[in-house]
Amino acid sequence: MSAGETEARVRLEDVHLSFGRHPIFRGLDCRFPRGRISVILGGSGSGKSTLLRAIGGLVRPQRGVVWVAGEDVTRLSERELFRVRDRIGMLFQHGALLDSMSVFDNVALPLREHTDLSEHDVAAEVERRLGAVGLPDTGALLPRELSGGMLRRAALARAIVTDPEIVLCDEPFSGLDPINVRRIENLFVDLNRQLGLSLLITSHHIPSSLRMADQIVFLQEGKAVSGAPKDMRHHPDTRVARFFAAELDAEAPEESEP
Amino acid sequence: MKALRRLGFRTVNGIAHLGRLTVFVGDIGNNVVRPPWRFRRLVDEIFDVGVLSLVIVCLSGATVGAVLGLQGYVTLSRFGAEGSLGAVVGLSLVRELGPVLTALLVTGRAGSAMAAGIATMVTTEQIDGLRMMSIDPIDYVVKPKALAMLLAMPMLNALFILFALFGGYLVGVGLLGVDGGTYVSSMENAITFEDDIAGTLLKSAIFGALVGMIATYRGYTSEPTSAGVSASTTGTVVTGSVAVLLFDYVITALWGV
Repeated sequence: MSAGETEARVRLEDVHLSFGRHPIFRGLDCRFPRGRISVILGGSGSGKSTLLRAIGGLVRPQRGVVWVAGEDVTRLSERELFRVRDRIGMLFQHGALLDSMSVFDNVALPLREHTDLSEHDVAAEVERRLGAVGLPDTGALLPRELSGGMLRRAALARAIVTDPEIVLCDEPFSGLDPINVRRIENLFVDLNRQLGLSLLITSHHIPSSLRMADQIVFLQEGKAVSGAPKDMRHHPDTRVARFFAAELDAEAPEESEP
Repeated sequence: MKALRRLGFRTVNGIAHLGRLTVFVGDIGNNVVRPPWRFRRLVDEIFDVGVLSLVIVCLSGATVGAVLGLQGYVTLSRFGAEGSLGAVVGLSLVRELGPVLTALLVTGRAGSAMAAGIATMVTTEQIDGLRMMSIDPIDYVVKPKALAMLLAMPMLNALFILFALFGGYLVGVGLLGVDGGTYVSSMENAITFEDDIAGTLLKSAIFGALVGMIATYRGYTSEPTSAGVSASTTGTVVTGSVAVLLFDYVITALWGV
């Protein structure tokens, strides 16, 4: 195994996956380095969310290997997958907080299920995480009482409360105003810098992707093309890269800082 | 040829569903005998199934009992046997109408809500969210709901019968002039604990397990769309009701309960 391979915390090799007759991945190869922010871009239906779900073991490819923290998740049973998922936090597109529970109980749930912490320590940890995502004093609220941006941040607090190595974020910016986009983007960067988390983020939001990403992965026709954001912008060698570069140029003036 | 192909497809699909249902039920059973026990969640679910069904079950029970009293009186008076009204009302309710009607009512109210609740969790990725937190959704969500249905059904059945007996008494004794003592004593003489009371509780427990299983399965395997939520709800009521009636015949034929 080469040094590059040991560095990759998540690696997909020759992954083929289709839903019915509709192919999503046709021999997808890509790797996501440890402790980096990787942004996955691609058109609608290109398989961005499916890629995250395959990494989390929520969908199984028909062929190929998905390595996560040294284990091939395609070969693990649901119960064995729990071992791998203990190292993963996932932020779903719409938060996926349990709507029957308060924000506090949602964030506390993984701690209550997987640790022996006392209720006092759980409360302290939850308050600390909610504070870190800019949501102090919201613990008593129900998920339906939160705005879209607050919901994502509460879900992020839940995703990171057990200190995972890898955080998967599915479209965290969709439907958010520019202020909330910036707020969540800064949160990702802080988490990455302070805790060394490997973040895998799917997004359509080009400016934020280019600002925070260490690596960009384009999904196109069931395969992946990856590179540094700068390379992608200045050397677009795929149709999708050209498309997103054009999108970036169109969005740049309104996103520029004063 | 096309019809034959469709029949074949549906048959294979049905068998596949049965296989998945068996695995699903095995999974629930496996979790029931293993900690964590999740008493708090079980109590919450019993509240949802049991307490929130009280009004509909008690009201329906009283109405059914009143109608039984009325119809029973009309029929028995043709043979001059009005004094047996208590026995007829009591036996009909305890042996048959109580468990069956309670199961149908609870399927419509709590079973459909249970399926819709789980299906909504599937649609909004809450079930996947639990899986990603290494929490088994069968253990955390499905098990307490299925168990609550199993435990609440006999209790609701008992309440249904109680209110129905009261409804029958009101009509028979209060309205039609049957002697109160005769009504109660004929009922006491006709109903035995071993054959009738234990039988009705067993029957309703089986119906509870059946409805809980169907509701949770339909919700858990629903398509992650609003149409999927709707289909799981409708499917629960239809499948659950038919299954209750079918099993009622089987139980009665096999064990005479």
